[in-house]
Amino acid sequence: MFDSWLPEAASSYAEKIDGLLVFITVIVGAWFLASEALLVYLALRYRRVEGRPAAYIPANTLRVMAVVLVPCVVILVFDLVIDAVAAPVWHEIKETQPPHDALIRVSGEQWAWRFFYPGPDGVLDSADDFEVVNEMHVPVGAVVLFELVAKDVLHSLWIPALRLKQDAVPGRSIRGWFKATREGRYEIICAEICGFGHTLMKSGLVVENQTAYRAWLDSQQGTQLAEAGHPGQR
Amino acid sequence: MDDSTVAKLEGANLEDLGIPTGRLAMWWFLASEISIFGGLVCIFVLLRWRHPEWASEAVHTINAAGALNTVVLLTSSLSAVLAHQAAEDGRYRKAARLLGATFGGGVIFLCVKAYEYSHEIHAGFVPARSMFWSFYYLMTGLHALHVIGGMVAMFVIMLSVRKGLNPQRVEYVGIYWHFVDIVWIFLFPLLYLAS
Amino acid sequence: MAHSAHHPPVGFLGRYVFSTDHKVIAKQYLFTGIFMALVGGFLAYVIRMQLTFPGESIPGYGHVSFVHYNAVVTLHGTIMIFWVAMPVLLAALANFLIPLMIGAEDMAFPRLNMLSYWIFLLSTVVLLSSFFVPGGAAAGGWTSYPPLSGSAAFSGGQWGVSLWILAVALEFAAFLMGGINFITTAFNMRAPGMKLFDMPIMVWLQVVAAIVFMLSVGPLIAGAVMLLLDRLVGTGFFDPAAGGDPLLFQHLFWFFGHPEVYVVLLPGFGVIGEILPVFSRKPIFGYRMIIYATFVTGVMSFIVWAHHQFIAGIDPRLATPFSITTILISVPIAIMVFSYMATLWRGSIEFKTPMLFALGALAVFLLGGVTGIHNGTPAADIFLHDTYFVVAHFHYALIPPVFFAFFAAMYYWFPKMFGRMLNERLGVAHFVFTFFFMNLTFLPMFLLGFMGHQRRIADPRVFDTLRNAQVENLHWLATIGAIGLLLGQIPFLVNLVMSLIRGERAEANPWRANTLEWTVPSPPGHGNFERQPVVYRGPYEYSSPESSEDFLPQNAAP
Ligand SMILES: [Cu+2]
Ligand SMILES: [Cu+2]
Repeated sequence: MFDSWLPEAASSYAEKIDGLLVFITVIVGAWFLASEALLVYLALRYRRVEGRPAAYIPANTLRVMAVVLVPCVVILVFDLVIDAVAAPVWHEIKETQPPHDALIRVSGEQWAWRFFYPGPDGVLDSADDFEVVNEMHVPVGAVVLFELVAKDVLHSLWIPALRLKQDAVPGRSIRGWFKATREGRYEIICAEICGFGHTLMKSGLVVENQTAYRAWLDSQQGTQLAEAGHPGQR
Repeated sequence: MDDSTVAKLEGANLEDLGIPTGRLAMWWFLASEISIFGGLVCIFVLLRWRHPEWASEAVHTINAAGALNTVVLLTSSLSAVLAHQAAEDGRYRKAARLLGATFGGGVIFLCVKAYEYSHEIHAGFVPARSMFWSFYYLMTGLHALHVIGGMVAMFVIMLSVRKGLNPQRVEYVGIYWHFVDIVWIFLFPLLYLAS
Repeated sequence: MAHSAHHPPVGFLGRYVFSTDHKVIAKQYLFTGIFMALVGGFLAYVIRMQLTFPGESIPGYGHVSFVHYNAVVTLHGTIMIFWVAMPVLLAALANFLIPLMIGAEDMAFPRLNMLSYWIFLLSTVVLLSSFFVPGGAAAGGWTSYPPLSGSAAFSGGQWGVSLWILAVALEFAAFLMGGINFITTAFNMRAPGMKLFDMPIMVWLQVVAAIVFMLSVGPLIAGAVMLLLDRLVGTGFFDPAAGGDPLLFQHLFWFFGHPEVYVVLLPGFGVIGEILPVFSRKPIFGYRMIIYATFVTGVMSFIVWAHHQFIAGIDPRLATPFSITTILISVPIAIMVFSYMATLWRGSIEFKTPMLFALGALAVFLLGGVTGIHNGTPAADIFLHDTYFVVAHFHYALIPPVFFAFFAAMYYWFPKMFGRMLNERLGVAHFVFTFFFMNLTFLPMFLLGFMGHQRRIADPRVFDTLRNAQVENLHWLATIGAIGLLLGQIPFLVNLVMSLIRGERAEANPWRANTLEWTVPSPPGHGNFERQPVVYRGPYEYSSPESSEDFLPQNAAP
């Protein structure tokens, strides 16, 4: 099956998106193959043969047009089914916000990702915030709330393993969430053309267990607390 | 189809919608113009509604000049209507004179607009000052370009209709001029009065 | 209206350069479009080579820096949509065919028509000149989203994007003039007896395309002016620091951008709709149904644009409504496709080159159509957006109308345009190469998209997930396909040149077709019709019981 082509799935909603991709592909794939077969069949079956004239079928009555309209109504039904199946997935991922365990501000700029952690007080834009460039750490199994901003031009936060993509827009702070379900190192990519360095704008995502995450937090806070400025929204 | 229908079709006129081609073209042209100004007006209204603070900028537009220009444009539209009437009646010199009056209205409009721009720019209200002024210059500027375009067309038509050539064009340029007028009637309250 | 008909122009300049004859203007658009297709095709070659051999010097171009790569991608898209699809499908075909098909001596406004071409040519020169200015051509993608394109500080060159905007604006002005001509001509200059619903599908679809274009382009014209002011005057329409909003431009762009898809698609479908009945010897299936489906498509195309912006930062609650409209637009399109297929049913099909390309267009378009459902489903789009899946999808959706239908049109109407037949054997070879290599180029991209390969990157090896043999192999396949596709056009170009010089002379009606353009000599003289034709019936009376022959021209007296 083609889903083996998809990248590793490492978030709570990754499998739902994958399932949807398979679902849509199966439905439209079946339609595609059937239509293609019909096209080839019609073309070959009714190729020119001496002594077999074409039929005169202008199809100007509904009865005859039904040949086309009925399949189209069926298509309409399938369309609506697909949307009905897909809408809840979208709703869960982009329209709802489960209670979060961690908060991170992600900022795109030409050509790097910066990650701002709120520090012990759990509040961004306070004195104990700290900043990491090009590597985001998150605890496994925890709901992470991110606030996505951009400093200069459009970027797009693209973490294939999490099935997470969201454009970052200057002047806006866009909230979203994910729950990484598998420990490991993944790639964070920019998916929106953002200038010469676009290709090189990538960084890492480290999904680790609570202990390792705590230790990483402590080490970052220890080194950065003194020099922490006031990173934050413009 | 029987023979009489065939005979009727031979030598018949071209099939059309019953609207002169020039007028039809003008309507379609204006339809695309409406999508330009309509788009801009929609954006402006949405933004203006979200930003009541633009009012403090909008008070610096010169209402009296805007009002004067509204009157000027309306009057010039009237003479365009009269010019159309005269052209229909076959009184081409009169039509040309009336078009000339409309043209004069355009000149006055542009002079007033130029006065406003220079005044505002001297007072520091340049396009880059704030979003309100950006929109102000964008919309009035685009409108002024349309006024200039209409005047060029009107001038050409004035010269030809004097000699009795293409009198139907008086109507078409008149339709265009009404459109320019209507756009202004949207812009005037939005940019000047709503402060 | 067309006073010029009474005194044909004299001299080389008057006849071939500054001509107001719709047929000459059509050829001017045609050759300019073909030239630009070669430029756009060359850029595609550069893209494919760079992705397969990143960092290496490309024969014929040289080393591609990341700066250049973005410009190459941007210009490839811009040229193929605005300088190939539009001039060839809309301007060239509509110019040539509308007057001939409705029995008119020329367009309603021949001089406006000439002006349209010259403005278009100017826009072409402006666009091409942007390659050579300091800082290079525009490099912000064919959508030119601000803030990237809003300031030289973000995208390098001061000139590139400004010239891009200027060129696009001039081009729009040219097509507005053309569009007015197409609409008024079709509405007001039909031969006696030709009711609106006696017009060939081609004319109808061109008219709907022109109307959709004229009604959708306004906001983008405004947006282009705003972007230019942002760059040159320092306004901040799209600059958040000045209170502007980058997303506003996206809305203006896609309000036009999505209807634009249908502006290109409909004329292509018009070509297919002309060719299928002729080579099946059967009336088109459900003439009115097809035309009504186009109306619905045209109207609906105005309310789907935000499907390009599901994850762009718009309110997520907008996604599902726009997704429903998007998915629904598949229904009228499906009606058209199925009606075309039903035209074959119980026909007598002759596989001449125009028919091969028409059938090929349908076969390829089916895949482009169904994969639109993937992209139009917001939750699936989270993964697929900005990946090669999207690239594969829109190439599958647009290559059928822009290239397959265009080739079909060339093989079909070339005799009428130039008075000579194109060579069948070369034509069949051209079709086989084009069909095979087109699929070889773009099928792998669906898989690349499923692997999460994003668009517009100059070097896949930068990414851990893409640094593997699978990705490399797929890029290889696509590149071989692209080179094959480009080389596969050689038979066509050879065919054009050879046939122009010594092709078989074409008779007036070589395909035994019904529409009015086949009632005049090939090529038609100045003024088209020696006697005003009179129309007695619709355009698709093939194998009609009323006639002993298998066709019944629109103007044959009953
Ligand atoms: Cu980027
Ligand atoms: Cu679209």
